[in-house]
Amino acid sequence: MSSYNLTHLAQLEHEAIFVLREVAAQFERPALLFSGGKDSIVMARLAQKAFAPARIPFPLVHIDTGHNFAEAIEYRDWFAQDIGARLVVRYVEDSIKAGRCQEEKGPNPSRNGLQTITLLDTIEEFKFDACLGGARRDEEKARAKERFFSHRDEFGQWDPKNQRPELWNLFNGRKNLGEHFRVFPLSNWTEMDVWQYIAREKLRIPSIYFSHTRRIVNRNGVLLAESPYITLLEGERYEERVVRYRTVGDSTCTGAVESPAATLAEVIQEVASARVTERGTRADDKRSESAMEDRKKAGYF
Amino acid sequence: MSTASTPVHTDEHYLSMDLLRFTTAGSVDDGKSTLIGRLLYDSKAIFEDTLENLERVTEQRGEDNLNLALLTDGLRAEREQGITIDVAYRYFATPKRKFIIADTPGHIQYTRNMVTGASTANLAIILIDARKGVIEQTCRHSFIASLLGIPHVVVAVNKMDLVDFSEARFNEIVAQFSEFASRLNIPDIKFIPISALHGDNVVDKSTRTPWYQGGALLYTLETVYIGSDHNHVDPRFSIQTVIRPNNDAHHDFRGFAGRVAGGVFKPGDDIVSLPSGLPAKIKSIHGPEGELAEAFAPMSVAITLDREIDSSRGDLFAKLNNQPVVTQDIEAMICWFSPKPLNPAGKYILRHTTRETKCALKTVRYKVDINTLRKQTEDVSVGMNDIGRIHVRTATPLMIDPYKRNRTTGSFILIDEFTNATVGAGMILWPDGGERAPTDQFADMGGL
Repeated sequence: MSSYNLTHLAQLEHEAIFVLREVAAQFERPALLFSGGKDSIVMARLAQKAFAPARIPFPLVHIDTGHNFAEAIEYRDWFAQDIGARLVVRYVEDSIKAGRCQEEKGPNPSRNGLQTITLLDTIEEFKFDACLGGARRDEEKARAKERFFSHRDEFGQWDPKNQRPELWNLFNGRKNLGEHFRVFPLSNWTEMDVWQYIAREKLRIPSIYFSHTRRIVNRNGVLLAESPYITLLEGERYEERVVRYRTVGDSTCTGAVESPAATLAEVIQEVASARVTERGTRADDKRSESAMEDRKKAGYF
Repeated sequence: MSTASTPVHTDEHYLSMDLLRFTTAGSVDDGKSTLIGRLLYDSKAIFEDTLENLERVTEQRGEDNLNLALLTDGLRAEREQGITIDVAYRYFATPKRKFIIADTPGHIQYTRNMVTGASTANLAIILIDARKGVIEQTCRHSFIASLLGIPHVVVAVNKMDLVDFSEARFNEIVAQFSEFASRLNIPDIKFIPISALHGDNVVDKSTRTPWYQGGALLYTLETVYIGSDHNHVDPRFSIQTVIRPNNDAHHDFRGFAGRVAGGVFKPGDDIVSLPSGLPAKIKSIHGPEGELAEAFAPMSVAITLDREIDSSRGDLFAKLNNQPVVTQDIEAMICWFSPKPLNPAGKYILRHTTRETKCALKTVRYKVDINTLRKQTEDVSVGMNDIGRIHVRTATPLMIDPYKRNRTTGSFILIDEFTNATVGAGMILWPDGGERAPTDQFADMGGL
């Protein structure tokens, strides 16, 4: 008798494809939130597989803070064209101009939190009823509490203490008018799984994930890239370092890590021996013990 | 022997690891979160920044020992109250396996979370405080593990340090638990004496329990055999959606997309689409990596057929010679989740595989007193966290198997028509009045 075992990476792949197909079947207007970061690239790849040989039956949506890394934006545009997907981009800048939100003050103004408003406006504009996100439960402790199908009320809010129980593979996507869902097909993936999958699928990823020389400033242990949106504090100065990024977010709050890893194999080697979580490079999570929970309740990714 | 310190990075290694999903259950203060923290900590799955943060918070709270429970209590309300409210999922890997932990709260009011965590688990760790022995909550957790069909149970007798690592005390608890468990249906039970706080027998074998011959907990998790946890006998495939590319290259492609719920499907197989009963032959099977010679559970594939038949979401493919029961009347065990009690006159939505239908919860046969395992037939009002046996009548037919034969085609959830909340979970026993309905007193309870 042959053995009917799947490796863990194959199990995760089959699970994610099942979730993506449930979204296509249960919702009328889904969207795939695509940042050009590694997790959304893997999710988009899985979506291609889920509906092959047809195209992905929903658009890619990006909320552009205006402070994104140029490499990620370039990649985003190339990727959407390459797979023949429809790309919707909405700008935090426009939300600020329209008076929907206000730029933060201080030496480290971040548009990270402001994205929530633009995102919710975009959901409203297109009447999206399900937004697929690449968030993983291993990233952060509030995310560890997420469901695959995560209900949002008419204000886009998450109620973590009153979530629907999620049993077996039975996903309850029923909702009332004006409510929507966030769906996370990569819930059970770890950072290492994502990298291994990128290697297995030979996926192209933005160059900032690999080692390069960049001018950075060390602020509270977070290595921030030189940018016009950062004001240097007294005693701070930019210096050249050999770095790469473990996550791709808003450039004002995503820190680099010093690394010589220039190939995928070297990156995987590095991730395997890493002693700091990938979100350890994110200044937005360091604001308080509940920073992520608070943002998520408000409707963040 | 600790194997956890070996880095997991070589491709062959990583790509050949399998996956164990386990759940943990214990009552408040049994040290469940501490145990998980210990597994993560000792298997080096906790990162430095997480640890530093933990040290800082522990100090702020004025506690002496590193509070490993803070690792899993991800919500502010949980940290404030020092209890786990919701299921938290945690991940770690050793060179042998990748693990997904569903850490579930022990409180009675959170039974629904334990049921949730148990529904996808291969294994359950049930924690017992060595000082207290088997208590009501232990019985409840074991019953749920049995009801949800978890194939493997590890009973971790914790806080052995507080009973001087006494072999006699350990044996007493083993006897207590075994007596209770003999009334359940758990095929594989192992007992391990541990101290989660100090790490005895968690990752490494302890020198303080020389009388214990078995392996440490992590070793058990790494080696338990899970190869036969899926049904590979009865072919079942529920359609999620139909893939029809509207382009020239694949003009005639019509792929039925879904996940194999049981058995093995191959091109050339004679299948039948249910409930219509229309037969067809499988032309091709497409997996994530291309065309496949066979597909088995839990693979996500797209199946094309040799002829056009009318099948869509919610329909099920089976083999001509091995079909599920098609019925509108079901006997099931249910667990109720909603603060609003079950309303026998109410209409609910039932979701089974990829099918949704209205249903009536006709008759509550009995409730289970989960502390004594007795049936209650007098008061059959079903409230939050109650478990009972009901007769369900559905508006459209379902294609079902008994839960003990197939966890996918044997399970369903109940949804409140107005709030859309998931209010209950059901495990199918058999179609109502079927000749093969179980007769054994406990066959329809823990011993599903």
